[in-house]
Formats: sequence, C-alpha cells, structure tokens
Amino acid sequence: MTTMHTLNPTADPATDIDEVARLIRADGTRVCDGELDPWVDDVDHAFLRDLYRDMSLVRSVDTEGVALQRQGQLGLWAPCRGQEAAQVGTARALRPDDFVFPSYRELGVGLVRGAEPADVVLSWRGEVHATYDPQRMRTAPPQIIIGAQSLHAVGYAMGIQRDRGGEIAVAYFGDGATSQGDVNEAMVFASSFAAPVVFVCSNNQWAISEPVTVQARFPIAGRAPGFGIPSMRIDGNDVLACLAAMRWAADHARSGAGPAFLEAVTYRMGPHTTSDDPTRYRAPEDLEAWAQRDPIMRLEALLKAEDAWDDAFEAGVADRADELAAAVRDAALHARSREPLAVFDDVYAEPHTALAAQRRRFGAYLDGFADDEEDAR
Amino acid sequence: MSRLTMAAALGHGLRRAMRDDERVVLMGEDIGRLGGVFRVTDGLLDEFGPARVVDTPLAEAGIVGTAVGLAYRGFRPVVEIQFDGFVYPAFDQIVCQVAKLHYRTQGRVRMPLTIRIPWAGGVGAAEHHSESPEAYFVHTSGLRVIAVSQPQDAYVMLRQAIACDDPVVFFEPKRLYHRKGDVDLADASPMGLARVARPGHDVTLVTYGAQVTTALDAAAAAEEDGVSIEVIDLRSLSPVDYRTLAASVRRTGRVVVTHEAGGEAGMAAEVITSLVERCFHYLEAPPERVTGHDIPYPPAKLEALHLPDLDRILDAVDRVLGRPASPTGFEDEVVIPEAEEAVR
Ligand SMILES: Cc1ncc(C[n+]2csc(CCOP(=O)(O)OP(=O)(O)O)c2C)c(N)n1
Repeated sequence: MTTMHTLNPTADPATDIDEVARLIRADGTRVCDGELDPWVDDVDHAFLRDLYRDMSLVRSVDTEGVALQRQGQLGLWAPCRGQEAAQVGTARALRPDDFVFPSYRELGVGLVRGAEPADVVLSWRGEVHATYDPQRMRTAPPQIIIGAQSLHAVGYAMGIQRDRGGEIAVAYFGDGATSQGDVNEAMVFASSFAAPVVFVCSNNQWAISEPVTVQARFPIAGRAPGFGIPSMRIDGNDVLACLAAMRWAADHARSGAGPAFLEAVTYRMGPHTTSDDPTRYRAPEDLEAWAQRDPIMRLEALLKAEDAWDDAFEAGVADRADELAAAVRDAALHARSREPLAVFDDVYAEPHTALAAQRRRFGAYLDGFADDEEDAR
Repeated sequence: MSRLTMAAALGHGLRRAMRDDERVVLMGEDIGRLGGVFRVTDGLLDEFGPARVVDTPLAEAGIVGTAVGLAYRGFRPVVEIQFDGFVYPAFDQIVCQVAKLHYRTQGRVRMPLTIRIPWAGGVGAAEHHSESPEAYFVHTSGLRVIAVSQPQDAYVMLRQAIACDDPVVFFEPKRLYHRKGDVDLADASPMGLARVARPGHDVTLVTYGAQVTTALDAAAAAEEDGVSIEVIDLRSLSPVDYRTLAASVRRTGRVVVTHEAGGEAGMAAEVITSLVERCFHYLEAPPERVTGHDIPYPPAKLEALHLPDLDRILDAVDRVLGRPASPTGFEDEVVIPEAEEAVR
C-alpha cells in the first residue's frame, strides 16, 4: 500500500450536482445503476404509482400550508416543494417500527409515517409544540434546533443495540446542519459504537440565504467516510434512487455494520419559510433550471413512458390530494386552543412545588375575572 | 451504617440504582476503566459491562444528546460531565432538549436523565474546573437541580434523581468528594426537602453544596459569641423547599444566604426574594447575601478571596443583627441629581 500524505478535495458541492446516483433522469427515462438497481428490483408499477401518490399528497398539503399561512391561519410554514422525492423515497424504505428523528421541513416523512391532518398544522398554528404521539408514530417531534436530532437518533440507535432490537434510527437534517457540532458529534458517536442509524442530509442548496458552499467546500456525502461511515450521494429529486439508497443504508445499519450516510441532492423551490424572501439571494435562472428536475413530473413522465399512467389514476390522486388538503384546512380552522392553565401542564413529569404554587396563584388571578364574565352575560 | 467518602457514597448510589433497574446506563468521559477522574464510577464497568458503563467520545453535546435518544428508547441515562466548566458545550442539549421534550410533547416523552456534574471551587484547580453554573439550570423550566453536601445525601439523592421521571442536574461539590460521613444505605427520605443542618434561633443562614461546611463553621464560631445561627442546607435548588425556609425565617426574623456562585441573578437573589414575598412582616432586618464575586473564577492562588469565607458570612450576620459590621459599600451609590436639586 502506498502512503498518501495529502488528501486533496476534488469536487465542488455547488457545481457537481450531477455527480449523483440516479435511476430516473429528469426527462423520465429509466437508467441503470449497478449499485442501486438491486435494491428496487421488486418495485413494480403499482409501487411507483404509490410513490407518485405520496409525493402528490405532500405537495398538496404543502401548498395548502402556505395558503393557510397567507390567510393568517398559521403563524409560519416551512415549505418542502421540490423535496418530495427525498422525503417520500427515503421514508418509504423504512419499517414502521424504525424510529425517525426529522427536522421541521420533513412534512413528507411525517405523512408517510402516518401523521393525521391535525398533526401537520397545529404546531405551526401555535396550538401545541408537538402534535402526534412520538412513540406511536415512532417519529420524534420535528426539530427546530439545527442538527440536535442527529444525536438523539444515535442515542436511540444505541438503545436498539442494548435491546438487541432489529430496528434502526434515522436522522434527517439539511445541508446547513452539517456545519453544526451536533451532527459531527453524532457521526463520531455513531461510528465509534457502530450504532444502527442512518443519516439523511437533504441538501437543498440553501440554509435560509446561505448557499451550500458556505457550509461545505466538498460534497457533503464525502465527509462521512472520514468518520468511518459509508455514504452515498444521490439525486434527491429521483424518488426511486432515494428509495433504493435508503434501502441500502437501512439494510447496512440493520445488519449490524454500523451507520450509513445519504446526501440527497435536491432544491428548495419555495422560500425557507413563509417569512423568507428568496428573491433577495437567489437567481431566477436557478429556480427555472431546478423546475425542470421536478420530482413529481419526473415520475409522471416515467409512468407515462412505461404505459402505467391513465386518467383514472391521475384523477384519483388529484381527488385524494384535494381531500387531504381540505382535511388539513379543516383541522386548522377548527382548532380549539387549550384552556389557559394548560400552559403549566407537563413541564415536569412529577409534581414540582414551585410550579404548582405558580399555577395556583395564576389560577386564582384568572378566577378573579369570573364575576366580570358573569356580568358581561 | 457505613463510614464513606462522598465519592464512595455516590458510587454506592450508582451501583444500587443499576442493580435495581437494568435500564440505567452510565455515560461519560473516562468513567469506565479509570472509574472517572474522581473515581466515583470505580468498579462499575467490571460489574455491569461496557453496554451499561460507557466510555464516550470527548463530546459533551454528544454525551447528553445521545442520552436523550436513549431516554426516548426507555433507558434512564446517567451522564457524567467531567467538570463543571465543560457542561457548556452541552448546554443546548440540556436546556433546549432535555428540559423541554416532556413539555413539547404534552407529556408523551419522558426524559429521566441524571446529569452529574463535579462542581465548584476550593480545590486549587486549573481554569474552567471550578465553575458554579447552577443558576443557569435553576432558571430553566423542566429541569430539577440538586446540590449535595454530605455523603448520606449524595447516596440517597442520587438514587432519587435516577428514579425520578424528570431530568435532574446533580451537582457534586469536588471540595467534599473525599470527606467522610456516616451513610445509612437503607435511607429512603423524600426528595426535594431542605435540611436543617444546625438548629438555631437568631439568624437563618441558607446555603448549599460545599458552602454548607463553611456555614456550619461560621455558626460554630458565632455560638461562641452568643449568636445562635440556624443553618439550612437547600439540597434541592429546583424546586426550593420554601416551607422549611419560611418556617425558620418566621422564627428568626433574619436571613443570610450564601453561595460560591456570583451574586448577580443567582440563587441567593431568588431565595431572598421568595422569602421576602412570604415572610416580609416577620423580617427584623433586610436580608443579606454573601456570594462569590461577579468575576470569572479567579486563578487558584486567589480563589480564597473569591469564596465567601466564615468571616464574610459572620460580617453579614452582624449586619442583619444590627451589630457593627463592615460598610456595605452601597451607602453613597444612589445619586439622583433632580432630587438633590429639589431639596435645594
Ligand atoms: C441552532 C440553530 N441555529 C439557527 C437556527 C435558525 N435557522 C432555522 S433553519 C436555518 C437554516 C437551516 O438550513 P439547513 O440545515 O440547510 O436546512 P433547510 O432549512 O435548508 O432544510 C437556520 C439558520 C436554528 N433553528 N437553530
């Protein structure tokens, strides 16, 4: 073996976005990839249609979320338009008992894992911090602190090891998150303990206004091997590639071989959140170019090319998408805020005398208004 | 009843908790083969193996963050932060994750973590090894904060912390690690109560951690002078047992609070305000606090000047008793020009 004294980075994360593994080209033609193909040889037209439907539902709910925010029904919304394939493809590769630790943008992951309409709006509306039961959905509440959940996933995976369970843990985060200490520490822990965890980085090119080149001067997937973690860089707008790669990664982690890392190269078509103005930092040409790679259109083209498309299917998906969006709207509009003293609930699992006293005092204060309310009637 | 150092009492507490509940997992730097830099976890690796006594990478956020994941999975992690000054890299995980997950999820996720921190000064340590960060954690809702001062409490309260379904930040005064005391290994006294470390009737002196020792010395010295000081060891900093404190202050009418940490927005400020709210009409004198200075922890050769010693405590005791004492330094501080104008 020769001794290498220097390791020179050779790729640029901004310009080499086409150096990725893929199975469906932007025009919908199917390509072969020796590494990925074996992982999806069971995927028939029915499966592809399921993926199409899932992505369409995500887009529909996402569009509704933006509308609800614009109409003042939600305080904020973090769109995921353009990232549906990365979310649905990877999430569909998991078992229901695997445990997922998502970031705030993983709407599609949540829907695939069984989120109900209310689950996707109530926290953005400010009614509760987190909605669904994490243990039931085997999905942690969406994380706002960038990268923090990567450590939780590793810890959970260490727990799986101790229980000799057959599940894996999965951490989702963005390209910006890879600059965080937590994500790097997570990779150290995962690698050192061979934890059954998969890291999924959705590289959507932007961290609010900061391009990925501010976070990385080398493709992000290239970092993982430095931690002793095998990785794959995939076309994040190719749902089949995302499914295949995640099946590989999950299988690797499940087999006891330790963690795996995926970088799904994609693009955030909308603003960072509804409070953001991407025209300040983003070139319209880029948006146009990425629109040509749309993950849903791409799968539609493949299905059509393979004669697996018909009007009834299209209409059925559109109906489901409308129904789900309507249910989400309904959940937002009919949300009932909890009673005032609920702000004190669940701060502690066991009684805490200081908080109990504060709750009593505030309750008594509020009771003081009871007469006024009587009078007003 | 055994005679144990605090370090040994803590080790017994851990061993007992691990035997009682196989979901208890220890994590930290050097806690395995070495037994921890203070040897608190000595022998535990041999008894429980590397899956339950985990030597971690050198990453504090990593230690606490992975403990969060273990708690999601139903484990009860006990993490050791090697020294007080090294908890800051884990601060985000503690205050944003550990403290809030139960609240965020409407009680569906429990975080029964115990975060052990060898704590505070007086041992001639290097920089960043003598910090008193307790107020940060007391200020954080969702955490419980314990500070022990003697082997018996160390043993009992550590087991209680581990059994508690809430996260507990557990401060262990380094200065007392090697001090021996009697430990009743069957003791199961309740959690969260303050302890009257020495009864008295003239002044209530409230403190916690290693400062309890200094306070007791001060009380012994005052006794010779005919002053009876009641020393109260808080033990629990969140929540504080105000029932015990207020009962004492209502009897003595005088209160001094002392701790090593700086005074600004610290425990003493909180305790005094809370006692004034409860006992204003019983107070015979303005309460006093005797704390570390509001400075970065000084170099070891100067730390004795920083730590509130017996004399500084007795000076404050004199003040609340209305006896001659050193000037407070506050006298000429308030100058309101308009007011002076008005007087003229
Ligand atoms: C620790 C932390 N710092 C800053 C923020 C504010 N913030 C929210 S999202 C974001 C950008 C994250 O970018 P990336 O990780 O690429 O994920 P994306 O939003 O693109 O999905 C920032 C800076 C935060 N939530 N947490």
